[in-house]
Amino acid sequence: MDESVAFFLSIFPRLLAALPLTLALTAISGAVGNALAVPVALARLSPNPFLWIPSAIYILLMRGTPLLVQTYLIYYGLGEVLPGSFIQQTFLWEYLKDGFWYAVFAFSLNTAGYTGEILRGAMSAVPKGEIEAAKAYGMSKSLILWRVTLPRAIQICLPAMSGETILLLKATSLASLITVWDVMGTSRQIQKESYRIYEPLLAAGVIYIVTVFILTRLLNFVERRINQHRAAPVSA
Amino acid sequence: MDTTLKVEDLHKKFGQVEVLKGVSLSANTGDVIAMIGSSGSGKSTLLRCINLLETPNSGRVYVNGELIRMKALADGTAKPEDQKQVERIRSKLAMVFQSFNLWTHRTILENVIEAPVHVLGVPKKEAIERAEALLAKVGIADKRNYYPNHLSGGQQQRAAIARALAMEPSVLLFDEPTSALDPELVGEVLQVMRKLAEEGRTMLVVTHEMGFARDVANQIVFLHKGQIEEQGAPREVLSQPKSERLKQFLSSTRH
Amino acid sequence: MDASSPSLLSLMSFSQDGWGARFVEGLVVTVQVSVAAYAVSLIFGLLGASAKLSPYRSLRIIADGYTTLVRALPELLLLLLVFYSGADAIKFFLSFLGDDYADIEIDPFAAAVGALGFIGGAYMTEVMRGAIQSIPLGQIEAAKACGMSPLLRVRRVILPQMLRFALPGMSNLWLNATKDSSLISVLGSFQDILFMGYRAASTTKHYSFFYTMTALFFLVLTLVSMAIIRLIEARVNRGYK
Repeated sequence: MDESVAFFLSIFPRLLAALPLTLALTAISGAVGNALAVPVALARLSPNPFLWIPSAIYILLMRGTPLLVQTYLIYYGLGEVLPGSFIQQTFLWEYLKDGFWYAVFAFSLNTAGYTGEILRGAMSAVPKGEIEAAKAYGMSKSLILWRVTLPRAIQICLPAMSGETILLLKATSLASLITVWDVMGTSRQIQKESYRIYEPLLAAGVIYIVTVFILTRLLNFVERRINQHRAAPVSA
Repeated sequence: MDTTLKVEDLHKKFGQVEVLKGVSLSANTGDVIAMIGSSGSGKSTLLRCINLLETPNSGRVYVNGELIRMKALADGTAKPEDQKQVERIRSKLAMVFQSFNLWTHRTILENVIEAPVHVLGVPKKEAIERAEALLAKVGIADKRNYYPNHLSGGQQQRAAIARALAMEPSVLLFDEPTSALDPELVGEVLQVMRKLAEEGRTMLVVTHEMGFARDVANQIVFLHKGQIEEQGAPREVLSQPKSERLKQFLSSTRH
Repeated sequence: MDASSPSLLSLMSFSQDGWGARFVEGLVVTVQVSVAAYAVSLIFGLLGASAKLSPYRSLRIIADGYTTLVRALPELLLLLLVFYSGADAIKFFLSFLGDDYADIEIDPFAAAVGALGFIGGAYMTEVMRGAIQSIPLGQIEAAKACGMSPLLRVRRVILPQMLRFALPGMSNLWLNATKDSSLISVLGSFQDILFMGYRAASTTKHYSFFYTMTALFFLVLTLVSMAIIRLIEARVNRGYK
């Protein structure tokens, strides 16, 4: 038992060293995915069928199929198509040799689908009166979008977006299955090397729990700052 | 042209229902026109057709002598020819809504400078100075850093009026500005509107407040079922109504 | 692609040699695992929700720990953890009953289903708890007032009414169950859709094609589920128009 605990403690440094990779996966996929979610949501809300139909299909594909399948499809699928194509000659090839960027690509696309749907709902929920007022004051369509619709929509869907961020952090563990040495991947490597099943998983588990806890607190803080207009009034 | 606002033969249909059946109106600089009538009479629709929040099926709207160019469509409706012209004209007409419609994600001060800065291109510093003066004018200068949700209805509407004034509009459009307010808050808003009228601003007010119409407006327009039944100076229209329907309407509302 | 190799479409044929038949077999396994795991998560969900709403502090703490921990960990990690430890834990407890039991091999299917169900149960707990708390108090008071026993109240009033509020969340969790079931391909002892896709792709080297097929099969499962869910929602919500 003591020996087990000793081993458990000894692998922490190695797992913690992999945490930045997990965080990088989360941060980059989150940033790209959330940015892509805006055009996805806008297209979904457009009355033009050439826009809303592809967008609806995209959202359905992202939410209707497992992320693992999407990840394999991108990793193995692109891995089949890309070598021998012109991409090999370009600077991009350096990036494409590493599972990391395939993972980011897959997670970003998936996030864009989920967040796009959330954002769409939130944009529909922005009070019509505020948009009307913007129109009445002569704001152009793009101005209304930037100054009223998007800021209000983001405020509305902030809790859901925070939830999605946590889910993304957990989903990055799938990258371990395409040779990325994140926390999960490192944990499985330790399993293979040491023939121990539980300690690596438990240690990785502890790291994930603490990271989720800290991230949740951080997101709550950001939520409260952005939504201060709903909180109790401050003295003038 | 002295006529700041002119509306000619406006028609508006919602589906099969014709809400405006050929309405014409004109306002000179300094006119305060009160539009009264029962619900469904089309008064709000008329107001909203002026700044094109609703698009009239036919008719003409002139703001400061400029005609808003419309294009007739196959299904009998119409749409503006030039969206840029619409936006430009809207920036000269400011509207105060029944439900205030302040932008709740911005402070009161930010609400007032939003349109001047982003539509008119006024430099931020100048916009803030003007805004603070206007907020003082409507009596809520101390609330400038509050968010709309923290203010009472009357305060929010006064802020909305300040927002409208910040655009230095040719005509102020009021769409039932006090209908959503608790009775004890109505007075403070009417007081501000009265001050504006006394300054000589051109105002078009859709309202149920007969006292305001009688004391502040210089012209009353009575709409019934999409047409102007009667119009004239308050003294005549309210004390000696000519049409039957107006008599009925007045007897059913306190004035 | 040279002319001699079989066309992509023929690869998917439903005959004995074609992968199409394999994929359908995989679909069957996926559905089996999903249904079983969902059933287990329903049980954990009901237990968890009752625990969270019970007057006993210790029960509430256990339930809170359960939902917080499970929801803070990646499904992959939990699956591996619970799959291995669950089987071992059951064997450990069973060994007390006698040496004969020590050699029992826990069926991998049961272990995986148990693991997935345990994970889903944490989310189900939250859905059910929220749903029960949404039931208007008056409904329960009326039941109390006409003398219904607690058991009767649960059966006749709480469960039926909870269902209406819980349905969106429960539908979502079903869709998640079908997608999460693909994780069992990692455990190696299951031949679900993803496993079939992996086998087909690595055998024929047509990766893009077969992983696309994999996605399509899951998509079909999702679409059929969504259609059935819509029917159920319409049925459950009648009387509330």
